[in-house]
Amino acid sequence: MKFNTPDISQASSPHVLRHDGVNQVMLQVLLALIPGIAAMFYFFGWGVLFNLLIASTVALFTEAVIIKMRKRPVADNLTDLSALVTACLLALALPPLAPWWLTVIATLFAMILGKHLYGGLGFNPFNPAMVGYVVVMISFPREMTFWLLPSTVNPASLNLNETFNLMFFSQLPAAMTWDSISSATLLDGLKTHLTQDQLLSTAASSDALSSLFGTLAGLGWEWINLLFLAGGLWLFYKRVIDWRIPAGVLTSLLVISSIFYLIDNELYLSPLTHLLSGGIMLAAFFIATDPVSASTTPRGRLIYGAGIGVLIFIIRQWGGYPDGIAFAVLLMNMAAPLIDYYTVPAAFGQKDKQKT
Amino acid sequence: MQQLSTFKGGLKLDGHKKMSTSAAISKIPLAEKLVIPVQQHIGLEPDIIVNVGDKVLKGQLIAKASADISANIHASSSGTVIAIDKQDVPHPSALPATCITIETDGKDQWIERQPVKDDYKNKTCVELLTIIREAGIVGLGGATFPTSAKLQGCDQKHIETLIINGAECEPYISCDDKLMQERADEVILGTQVLQHLLSSKQTVIAVEDNKPEAIASLNSSLSKLGINNIDVAVIPTRYPTGGEKQLIKVITNKEVPTKGRPADIGILCQNVATASSIYRAVYHDEPIISRLVTVTGEAVNNPENVEALIGTPMSTLIEQCGGYKNNVGGLIMGGPMMGFALPSDELPITKACNCLLTQTTEQLQLPSSKACIRCGECAEVCPANLLPQQLYWYSSSKNFDRAQDLHLFDCIECGCCSYVCPSHIPLVQYYRFAKTEIWAQEKDKAKSDIARQRHEFREARIAREKAEREEKLRQKKEILAKKKAAEAGKADPVDPKKAAIEAALARVKAKKQASDVEPKNTDNLTEQQLEKIRQADARRKQADKPATTEDDKK
Repeated sequence: MKFNTPDISQASSPHVLRHDGVNQVMLQVLLALIPGIAAMFYFFGWGVLFNLLIASTVALFTEAVIIKMRKRPVADNLTDLSALVTACLLALALPPLAPWWLTVIATLFAMILGKHLYGGLGFNPFNPAMVGYVVVMISFPREMTFWLLPSTVNPASLNLNETFNLMFFSQLPAAMTWDSISSATLLDGLKTHLTQDQLLSTAASSDALSSLFGTLAGLGWEWINLLFLAGGLWLFYKRVIDWRIPAGVLTSLLVISSIFYLIDNELYLSPLTHLLSGGIMLAAFFIATDPVSASTTPRGRLIYGAGIGVLIFIIRQWGGYPDGIAFAVLLMNMAAPLIDYYTVPAAFGQKDKQKT
Repeated sequence: MQQLSTFKGGLKLDGHKKMSTSAAISKIPLAEKLVIPVQQHIGLEPDIIVNVGDKVLKGQLIAKASADISANIHASSSGTVIAIDKQDVPHPSALPATCITIETDGKDQWIERQPVKDDYKNKTCVELLTIIREAGIVGLGGATFPTSAKLQGCDQKHIETLIINGAECEPYISCDDKLMQERADEVILGTQVLQHLLSSKQTVIAVEDNKPEAIASLNSSLSKLGINNIDVAVIPTRYPTGGEKQLIKVITNKEVPTKGRPADIGILCQNVATASSIYRAVYHDEPIISRLVTVTGEAVNNPENVEALIGTPMSTLIEQCGGYKNNVGGLIMGGPMMGFALPSDELPITKACNCLLTQTTEQLQLPSSKACIRCGECAEVCPANLLPQQLYWYSSSKNFDRAQDLHLFDCIECGCCSYVCPSHIPLVQYYRFAKTEIWAQEKDKAKSDIARQRHEFREARIAREKAEREEKLRQKKEILAKKKAAEAGKADPVDPKKAAIEAALARVKAKKQASDVEPKNTDNLTEQQLEKIRQADARRKQADKPATTEDDKK
């Protein structure tokens, strides 16, 4: 009996493959985001979902158009779900009441500049979501501060309709002003006080900030971070992400913030505030772990993660922005090839060579 | 027994072994024609020592090893040689190769045999190696490296540990398992021969823990034979624990150096089937003329292990196992992780053929590959601790230097990386490509190096000869000049006429040099100006000519 000689990729071993592909990886990432998204929805309302919706739609549309222009199979590329992951990470980083066009611009930049100009999935040196975020962060600093008071302390929470009108038509509900609903985040507020040479204890007891403190860190944020942490641990359990990058980010941030906190707790935030404020868990487990733009060697991933943690601390403490995740990630993206070059592990049978 | 170690990476795979282990080993009936490929091992092709029309007996040598790394080939049954020509053989290249075809006479008549049996204990290392070499024994784990070459010089090398590899980690394959279950005595007696040959201090038969029957059978055989210096090590089932380097790490916690051999660290590995072949060579004077083959997979009716003569057509084995199911789509020689797809089943069984794995048409539908997302899953499972993703990057971009920096040649092509890749990239294929390209480049380089050396030598030779010639010429001239000078001393030194002519020539030369001076500012001239210059030049020449002749006359 003769057999059809299979094409070259099948004639060669191995002849069995594990069947979960890139789309399963991405799907698990999306699933793991759900608890954190739920917490953000609880504290910041409908705007979170609108952001997700706008970013996802734009991302999928852009991806489809560009794939079509590049004459690649559209369905194959859309179903790998990578565009959705980028969109979700970006949307969760944006303020919940950001005007619709801000999200659109950020997503377009993420997909076109961050991803496809470099060759699409697998070829982008920078994390696309963070590219999009940084573009709007620099271009529209005012809109980027439209954060809300967490719902638990916000006297005037917006319903679905009001959020829609605000985001799409910039119409505030009657008898409401921006000041009455929006608020600086805890990190932002503390930073403002610190730049005015105030001590942390005075800043924390000030009217504007005292209500932003929760039991562990920023009110609401502590829960959001804990739930993203839970999702991240699930990803680790499912072996979707490597433990090294999150461990690197969190350990380095913990260590460096503890050192400075011990030096002077009136000038430097506590390690707990650092670890549970802003988007730190989202960054550590979901953004920094984007494998395409991260380091790939085992030791390299620890270094890469640690670099992000240190940079976040530096930017938070001394930089011009309240949170520095996006810049920290992009800077370490740049360093990833170099890190990889110098952290090639010893091959099997090279142990002795390493010792000498 | 010391503590077992572990190696980094690897995979837990579904064994699929039960499907072929329930039935006892059955013998394949004698085929009418046996097609015996001459090249069934790693190394040089042996020299054919029979002719078409010759009558041969079972076990008779038909091709003789041509070098140290080569192997004898024997007739698997008695009959007549009817052809020596190129035929299709099971090889990844799918290229035809030289085969000896024997038409069997049905008598299956053995050549005269003189087994040494237990007398091997009185034989020297060299004598035992000769027996192994004569029997055409090669590594039956899959690599088919000539066993005598692997053992050569081992009596001086100080082998501490002898490991008999019964791990059989590839899914589906169960021929070693069945061999240990049904012929444990052969394995153990063969191991003892090796033990004697190497005078190893420690001897271990390593078996994965998914083969409890084999383990039990080996242990009972050991106690029956009253042997207490061979251990059976039960090792965890993990692919590719049967790889030589990985197995050594598990058993001894030592790593074979990247460019070294196990013997460099005092260890030697042999497959259980190789050990059993050594037993047959020593106790029955029987060369490798048959082997156990696992016929299995989802597309054959009765998966089982069979003993087939070398040269038997694969289709005969499939028939013996109940034939194909309707959904058959392909046939693999070896296991699913490292075997290769065959173009047909009309190919002979060789020494390397441990498994015929049938595949259904659905199993052939592998997902198409996508871009690498650098997830690093491949590095997690790589048992050689390489960075498969980066190797892929550099191999596909033909940056072979960097690929070698990343230890490309430490890749054992186990297939773990391809198996886990979420983008379904045929990674191993890229490494094979890179390796063969590098080998080809090295061959070319070696060739061009030789050519360059020859060229340089030739140039040097020509230069030397030229220098020698010139030296001779110079010496001759010197002698001549001396002679002339001696003669000139007697004759008139200066001819006045000749001197006058020479003086005139010198004057002309000086004048010509003066007139040869190029006029300046002659760039970018108009056509008329150029014409004028040409005319002036012509006039000057006219004027010069009579002057020189007049000068000459003077």
